[in-house]
Amino acid sequence: MKLNVLAFGIAKDIFGASAVEVEMGDAATVANLKTALEAQYPRLKQLTSFMIAVNNEYADTDNVLQQRDEVAIIPPVSGG
Amino acid sequence: MIDLKVTEEPLDIPGCIDWVMSPQSGGIDVFIGTVRDATKGKPVVRLEFESYIPMALSEMSKLAGQAMAKWPLHKVLLHHRTGILQIGEVPVVIAVSAAHRAAAFDACRFLIDTLKQTVPIWKKEIFEDGEVWVAAHP
Repeated sequence: MKLNVLAFGIAKDIFGASAVEVEMGDAATVANLKTALEAQYPRLKQLTSFMIAVNNEYADTDNVLQQRDEVAIIPPVSGG
Repeated sequence: MIDLKVTEEPLDIPGCIDWVMSPQSGGIDVFIGTVRDATKGKPVVRLEFESYIPMALSEMSKLAGQAMAKWPLHKVLLHHRTGILQIGEVPVVIAVSAAHRAAAFDACRFLIDTLKQTVPIWKKEIFEDGEVWVAAHP
């Protein structure tokens, strides 16, 4: 399945785009997606951390992704 | 009652305070975050804020709900600005009302502290010789 991953903050700079498409196997988990993103964009490994949000919620690493999910990469937040 | 907003428009501080006031509230606590002119002694030119707005509103709603469950509050308001902000401008206003001040102070502190940890909003500091996404790197 092709996942469209939204990017914000420094992740947008690292991707060079506000969203990227990532090809993942069926039943891929959030952990699989993080590994795939780190392989494609090694600068992500230098971040303090990053989370994946699925349908506007922080997702656990064992969460299984679906093609229709709204997926976003959430680098360390710094509002306020 | 809860009022949440993420907007590119300047925040209306008197409007925020008016909104949380009510006849049964004996204490209003307001936190106003402002853009500081330096970070660790280095002059800041401006800040840029970006948000994943639908998720930010969802996380802000959770925070407001947690505060309402934990303290006897009447109203909770969380407003955050996005876009380019100059020194002295206001990126965030948090206002709460309660019958007594202890709940208002404690809830307001919880709300700003937790907002900074969980709400998907990002701040970039622009210096004269470069720029940095705050908290991105160890």
